[in-house]
Amino acid sequence: MVSITYIEANGTAHRVEVAPGLTVMEGARDNGVPGIHADCGGACACSTCHVYVAAEWIDRLPPRDEIEQDMLEFAWEPDAERSRLTCQIKVTPELDGLIVTLPERQA
Amino acid sequence: MTEMLETTAPIVVIGAGQAGLAAASKLRDLGHAGPLTLVGDEPEPPYQRPPLSKAYLLGEMARERLFLRPSAFYAERDLTLLTGRNATEIRRDERQVMLSDGSALPYQHLLLATGARPRLLPGPDLQGVLVMRSLADADRLAEAVRPGLRLLVIGGGYIGLEAAATAVKLGLQVTLVEAAPRILGRVAAVETSDYFRELHRAHGVDLREGVGLAHLTEAAGRVTGAVLTDGSHLPADLVVVGIGVLPNIELAQAAGLTCDNGISVDAYCRSSDPAIFAAGDCASFPWRNQRIRLESVGNAIDQAEVAATNMLGESCEYQAKPWFWSDQFDVKLQIAGLCGRHDRVVTRAGAGAGRSHWYFHGDRLEAVDAMNDPRVFMVAKRVLEGDRPVDAAFIADPANDLRALLAS
Repeated sequence: MVSITYIEANGTAHRVEVAPGLTVMEGARDNGVPGIHADCGGACACSTCHVYVAAEWIDRLPPRDEIEQDMLEFAWEPDAERSRLTCQIKVTPELDGLIVTLPERQA
Repeated sequence: MTEMLETTAPIVVIGAGQAGLAAASKLRDLGHAGPLTLVGDEPEPPYQRPPLSKAYLLGEMARERLFLRPSAFYAERDLTLLTGRNATEIRRDERQVMLSDGSALPYQHLLLATGARPRLLPGPDLQGVLVMRSLADADRLAEAVRPGLRLLVIGGGYIGLEAAATAVKLGLQVTLVEAAPRILGRVAAVETSDYFRELHRAHGVDLREGVGLAHLTEAAGRVTGAVLTDGSHLPADLVVVGIGVLPNIELAQAAGLTCDNGISVDAYCRSSDPAIFAAGDCASFPWRNQRIRLESVGNAIDQAEVAATNMLGESCEYQAKPWFWSDQFDVKLQIAGLCGRHDRVVTRAGAGAGRSHWYFHGDRLEAVDAMNDPRVFMVAKRVLEGDRPVDAAFIADPANDLRALLAS
């Protein structure tokens, strides 16, 4: 299992174990982390699973593809470096210890 | 007006799909602490339908990943999930719902989130003739598909087209027939129909429009093909029927609730009985001087959440913000707004393979279809939500930055 910490906008942290092969979005969903809506269920169609990745993790994640990049540009208060859509990040053992912070709201 | 929230009254939700689950979750989020029961007729807990015709059928998404909540969720939120049973009757004077297992559930408020079911062809059931709505449907189809088989898709709506695209990826020989003059005729402009016709043909789909099904042919109870309205006979090993859905209104109708292309609700998601609400695919609601019914995840979630809020004594109006998506081959289609009364369509070339069709009624933007152009979708969604004015000439020039449309 891979340990991921989701920090809500109000500071509440949820450290959970996620199975490799799921997405970071599914890790939040399956562990009841509030604030990641993922209305489209992971199709990269809605931008409501947006998070800010902790600075030290930016370069350790696979890069965004063009669609994610474009969706993020119009997410709620995107950050050019740290914003990601969690449905597009597949959980792998290398992500053990990942920390993401949720925005105040989803678009 | 905000009344005191009714937080302990028993609430029953009929229908454990996207809308039913969204409402139940929202009720708990808002502090409802009374008995809360979610009743679903399928054996599975609430799951996502959109991947069924795509990633799930392709074998790219495991079954467990379809579930909208982990199984522990229901106990954690003290939510009673009753699967594999129907509501058979609503006794409005007693405020009770009768279930197919013989039990009765009392309610203070009832939400009908009964969804929709596929329209079927007339005539007897044949082996090899399938529909695409439920997980069980997808499992049957996944079981039946084999490379090289001949698949006939009846109906050129989004479900038919997605099924066709997935089947091609799985190595089947696919023919799609649409009885209307063009595919997507009910939901998209000519330009979008043209785009997807070309896409499917380029991937080898034998796509035929203006020709419908006369009848299926069979041998020993198994489908062998179809005779089309032009008299031709098409051999087929499998048939997928994608000719739309019917809202599940029978329970509401039998209870005497007003129905009009769905269970009629007002702007507050209330049916003609103020103790009974409806949301999602089964509900028709007022929208811009007409009554509409939307078949989409976005509507199911948003409308159910408004219904949940109002069940607790609030009076929130549901402001529908229609949006949809479909994935076919390498194209991601995202739709903002609702097609229906446009008189002009402006095409905008996007970066790379992107393209978008902007539907105008007079000067007013009605809807946008964005193909592989998520930026357009996101901008269009905001523009439509804010009802901002849009200059068609500005849109048409791909050199113009769409961000200007969002500047106040």
